[in-house]
Amino acid sequence: MTRGAGVERTATGISGFDDIAIGGLPTGRPTLVAGTTGSGKTLFSMEFLARGITGFGDPGVYVTFDETPDALRRNAHSLGFDMETWEADGTWMFVDASLEAGEQTPTVGTYDLGALMARIEHAVRRIGARRVSLDSLGSVFTRFADQDLVRRELYRLARLLDSLGVTSVLTTERDADYNGVTRQGVEEFVFDNVVILRSVMRDERRHRTIEIVKFRGTTHRTGEWLFTIDPEDGLVIIPVAFLAPRDRASRERVSTGNAELDAMVGGGVFRDAVVLLIGSYGGGKTLTALQFADAAYRAGERCLFHAFDVTRGQLGRDAAGWDLDLDVMEASGLLRVTATYPEVASVEDHFLRIRRDIAEFAPARLVIDGLSALERRATPRTLLDIVVALGGVVRQREITTLFTSAPTSGSTTPIMETASIADVTLVLRDVEGPGEVRRAIAVLQTRGSAHDHAIREVTIDGDGMHIGDPFPEILHLLPDTPVLPRDPED
Amino acid sequence: MANYSFRMYVAGHTRRSQAAEENLRALCDFYLPGCHEIEVVDATEQPDLAEEERVLATPIVIRTSPLPGYRVIGDLSDRAKAAFLLGIPEVDGPAPEGQTL
Repeated sequence: MTRGAGVERTATGISGFDDIAIGGLPTGRPTLVAGTTGSGKTLFSMEFLARGITGFGDPGVYVTFDETPDALRRNAHSLGFDMETWEADGTWMFVDASLEAGEQTPTVGTYDLGALMARIEHAVRRIGARRVSLDSLGSVFTRFADQDLVRRELYRLARLLDSLGVTSVLTTERDADYNGVTRQGVEEFVFDNVVILRSVMRDERRHRTIEIVKFRGTTHRTGEWLFTIDPEDGLVIIPVAFLAPRDRASRERVSTGNAELDAMVGGGVFRDAVVLLIGSYGGGKTLTALQFADAAYRAGERCLFHAFDVTRGQLGRDAAGWDLDLDVMEASGLLRVTATYPEVASVEDHFLRIRRDIAEFAPARLVIDGLSALERRATPRTLLDIVVALGGVVRQREITTLFTSAPTSGSTTPIMETASIADVTLVLRDVEGPGEVRRAIAVLQTRGSAHDHAIREVTIDGDGMHIGDPFPEILHLLPDTPVLPRDPED
Repeated sequence: MANYSFRMYVAGHTRRSQAAEENLRALCDFYLPGCHEIEVVDATEQPDLAEEERVLATPIVIRTSPLPGYRVIGDLSDRAKAAFLLGIPEVDGPAPEGQTL
């Protein structure tokens, strides 16, 4: 628990959530978590308790209306949560309010939810719970005919949770992702703290976001944050989950694998650099990427190479054309190549896979060859969030990283925005000379060091890429950059 | 006539709890004279029992025998309706005092 703006916070332990919540949920208070079907509400409520146990030693009571405890125990297993053990330890306790199939109890006269409250209070006291999750309020409404009574009882329940001093998560259903807050349209007025989970189809892609609508009397980050549901890590909020501050900047320089390119960027790139190479098709991007990987191999360092839009076989053949043997490099254990197509998974899942590979393989270098291919699978906003998140992951570990990308039209596309998080941006593209197509390279920016401002000619032969003299002609190499008139004295 | 057993859950000593218990006793005396048992459980005192039966709303009466275990939620203010919902056979003669079907 941490203090922030006067209201004590309880960290949820959910990846990235405590960052947008500036510490966690308001301690001792109920928080409403609202979302449409399949938006991740149940998972949020479950993780809040589970991570409370594993991360903070907080016992928790789970009140389930929607799913049976058995179904929840099974789901939890896949996330590595062993509820049976916790139940035996007395750190997890179910209050089972799930409905058996076809069960509908008739009513005669007036009633209240006194027994439910007695059961919750009993469970909380019995295991000394600090956290309570209830999934979901909407189910309580469907269970009883008298909606006013249910509403009244839910006010009482919120007051009971307050008086017990537990930090609680109560989920509820929404009919639409962007219309009102909750189905019954009343809960949001009862609760001081409201979080919304959204799951919408946008450009035929599932797009999940989380938003803190209000935390009464305290601060939180605003807006919708991208998140994904990982089979092992549960909810992962991107990119906040990975934006740990960088304490130090590396002063060590490493080679790009091309001595001439090293010279252009001021003697190699810093070890913690993120390099973005924007280049046209067939313009030498993959060659640059392979040379970058080879530099790691020669230095006896591990390199993780993710290629999109190319098969492992094609990549190996390309490499062989320049005397690089990927099989030998992989067999040495220093190189790990993954060649895949963007379509096989969502961009979020590609990201999680790369992140997992990084954690497992601990590379000194990372190559993502063909970042722009991911544009087919993601909204610009999503892709930018992913790239920012990936930047956070590699910076934290001082992994020298090369992203290659095809040029995209306009300067506001995510790839161009990616340049703002890159430390070094290179442009490599075909240019039309008199009667022939030639290639040119330029360094757009290098953070923290001087660089060559010339636009230089590039030639590619069997030995690889060679960077030559500056082009004498004026070229229009950079997208959306005004061209200076030619100096008549030149 | 078979012997009927009922368990009623209430939450605390409230007027509603009292009314529910009175109504249950009255309807049993009328429909099942001499062949019924009633057990009243206060969920606030014995939450474990409430947990076992997964009781949410109170008052609630559960027919524990004979099976099936019919359940009725509420203070049973309409005794005849409550008796019907609890699967208690009808009797000839006037309905209990002050009650209508």
